[in-house]
Order: sequence, then C-alpha cells, then structure tokens
Amino acid sequence: MMSFAPPSEIAAVAVRDLRVSRGGREVLHGLTFDVPKGQITGLLGPSGCGKTTLIRSIVGVQIVERGEVTVLGEPAGSPGLRRRIGYSTQNPAIYRDLTVTENLRYFAAVLKAPKGDIARVLDEVGLAGARDQLGSTLSGGQLTRASLAVSLLGSPELLVLDEPTVGLDPVLRKELWELFQGLADRGVTLMVSSHVMDEAARCQRLIMIRDGDIIADDSPDALRTRTRTTDLEEAFLRVIEERAVA
Amino acid sequence: MNPAITLATARRILTQLRHDHRTVALMVLVPTLVIVLLYYVMDDQPSFDAWAPVLLCVFPFLVMFLVTSIGTLRERTSGTLERLMASPLGKLDLLLGYGIAFGVMAVLQVTLALTVSLTWLGLDLRGDLWPLVVVALLNALLGTALGLFCSAFARSEFQAVQFMPIVMLPQILLGGILVPRDQMATVLEWISNVLPMSYAIEAMKDAALGADIGGEFWRDIVVVGGSALLALILGAATLRRRTP
Repeated sequence: MMSFAPPSEIAAVAVRDLRVSRGGREVLHGLTFDVPKGQITGLLGPSGCGKTTLIRSIVGVQIVERGEVTVLGEPAGSPGLRRRIGYSTQNPAIYRDLTVTENLRYFAAVLKAPKGDIARVLDEVGLAGARDQLGSTLSGGQLTRASLAVSLLGSPELLVLDEPTVGLDPVLRKELWELFQGLADRGVTLMVSSHVMDEAARCQRLIMIRDGDIIADDSPDALRTRTRTTDLEEAFLRVIEERAVA
Repeated sequence: MNPAITLATARRILTQLRHDHRTVALMVLVPTLVIVLLYYVMDDQPSFDAWAPVLLCVFPFLVMFLVTSIGTLRERTSGTLERLMASPLGKLDLLLGYGIAFGVMAVLQVTLALTVSLTWLGLDLRGDLWPLVVVALLNALLGTALGLFCSAFARSEFQAVQFMPIVMLPQILLGGILVPRDQMATVLEWISNVLPMSYAIEAMKDAALGADIGGEFWRDIVVVGGSALLALILGAATLRRRTP
C-alpha cells in the first residue's frame, strides 16, 4: 500500500491517487497533487490528456474509480460544495434560446445569488453590451464569456474553468486574466485549464498533464530554472524528453 | 427539493418557449386543427361527438411526450444539465419544473381545443365538462412524465423521436379505443391492464358519455396520476449527478 500525506489545511483542492476510466480505458493513472488557496493554478496539457476528466472529478460530476478528491475540506461532490464552486465547462453551457440576462437570472435563482450579481458578472466578463442578445446569436467568444459569467455568480470560493479563453482575441484574453488575478488577490482559488502555453506564465502554479499523468507540478519560474529555458512551451518539451530518458 | 428553484426552472422553460413562437403555435394550435379536420372528415355529429373526446385526451399526451423528451435531451447534450447537476438544484426541481411549464402549455392546448369543439363545432357532451378537463390535463402530465423518463434512454434526437411510436402506439391500440378491452385476447388484455393509458381512456369515456362520475372514475384518475408520479420519480432516478 502506498501512503499519501493527509490533505493539508491550506490546500483548496487535495487529490490523492485519483484513477478514472472512461469507455473502458484508464484516462487518469493515479494523480496526486494539492492546489493552494488564493492562487491561480494552471492545468496544462494537450487535448485528450485528461484535463477535462480531472476537472469533472474535482467538481464532482465524474464517476471516479479510485482515489480521494477533497475540495475546500469536503469530499468532492458533497451537496455543501455546490454553492461554493463555480464551474465553467469547455463547451459553453448556456441556453441558446435565452438571452444572456435570462440565462444569468435563472442560474442566479438556482444559486440564490444576490440580485446585483447579474450586472456585476456582466461587467466582469465585458458582456454588458450583449446582455439582451439571445445565446444563439452570440459569437463563440461571447458564448464562452457568458458561460464564464454564470460561474462567477454567487462569488464562489473556488472557480474551476475549463479552457475559458478559447477563441478570444488577445485584448479580451488579457482582460480576463487580469480579472482572474484580481479574484485570486481577493482570496478566490482558481483552477484554469488551457492548452495554450503562453497563458501558463500568468499562473502562480502549473500542473502539466500528459496521457493521464502529471509530468510537472511547479511554479512557472521553478520550471524555467529546472529546464534551463525561458519559454514554457520549450520547458514542456524538455520535461517530456527528461521523462523519456529516465 | 426547493420550491423557489422549481418555480425558477418552470419560468426559465416558459421563457425559452416564449422566444420560440413557432413551437408555441404548433403546441397550442395543432390539436385544435386536427379536431376541426376530424369534424369535417366524420361529417356527422354523433360520430364526431364520440371521437372528439378521444382526440382531446390523446393529443396532449402525444405532444407533451415529444416536446418533453426532446427538451430534456437538449438539456443533456448542451452541457446545461451538467452545470445544473453541479449546482444546488435538486433533480426533482428540474423534473417538476418541466412538469409545471409544460402543464401550463397543456392547459392552453386543452382550453383552446375544448372551446372550439364546444362552440364552433357544436360538440355535444352528455356529461359535465370538468371531468373531461381533468382527464385531459392528467394525460398531458403523464405524457410529460413519460417523456422525461424516456429521454434518459435516448442518446440523440433521432432516438428520442423513435420512442414516441414505441411508447405511445401500443398504449393507444391496447387502450380500448379501437377494440373494447374485454374483447381482446387475454394476454393483450393483461398488458392493457398495466398500461396507464387504458385507465385514462376509460375515465375519458365516462366523462364524455355522462356516466356516473363515481368510484370507478376516481380510481382511473388515481391510476393515471399515480403513473405520472411514478414516471417522474423514475425519471429523477435516471438523472445522475455523476456520469462516466
């Protein structure tokens, strides 16, 4: 039997030996890591590496084969957590036949978020101008932001965002990352997945995943120093090479 | 379960419908149009008087089944269900929300069809009106509940639509509309005894023919209502917070 350190008090998310199978194939091979509170943790890796499965396990909507996932001190999926976690799926989970405001109004009612939250999150994601547009008439980037806005309702302590910046122009991406950093500064914990390495530099901590295994779990600076490169894309490649040699 | 969330869900579904004028028009108008068509096809008042209540009962059932099964399937495939399952919403909040929203639509549907039948088409009901309304509404609710339940087994809209003939046609064939149930082969009668539609049709016949609205009518109503409730609970059981 392997033994693991107990989840530390300061960790927002503690994952111990997490194994998940999908479609008869093991896609996460026993992951163990902690996510510190009040920081942005980046989940990086190519498409199909298991990022979304990991995120779903943390949110508590994934059937898990083995292992423990503790979120904000409770087992993942506990009813008490449902109001404390904001979750944005990779495909924007927005009703296309409702306007942005109507979507927000509904989810705010489900979450019992304060009335003023709708205007606040619209501003935060820069979608106030499209508030009365139907979901079906929004662009891909606007849909992503509408979905992100829903996850910000009710000011959750933990935000789990699956590829929140896909398809956005550089200016918007920069604004969103400033928003994420602002939230982290207020004590919110963020887990943000991405397959774009230039976003990695904006995280305080990086978890790199490849084929269902963690290949690096470090701060961007430490990773750069260890792999003797300034470029994180290059660092990712070197980590893979190191593992191939070892 | 939480009444505020249930009502918010029902309001959300009705708002979705409000943006979709064509679907609303189809839901509300089609049964009435078919009844008008029936009137001219039958071309004699007694046959129309016998058949119109049947349509008034079967239609809300059919339409609600289809609309609900596709509506919930869309919720599953669009990712909004996953978002809701990660939220404080209870499973019954969602199902009852659908039940209430489509129940409101069923009231509109039945009201228009009945109004047109009783005024313009001169439908002659031998009994009171209210038992027929009760049966039609319960049928709509049963259709909604079965639609919710069946949508759990459909992976695509194609499959969901195919459930309609599987679930509906045998119930209508065995329900005693075409052949009285006691004249069917024994095995078929047994099957017909466990199908909720058989009781709905019996209650509807009592209502339309002005028979005594007594114990037997209320037994049928309880069976139909109970089946709708059972289907709702089974539907809730098929909703999973965690999926593979």
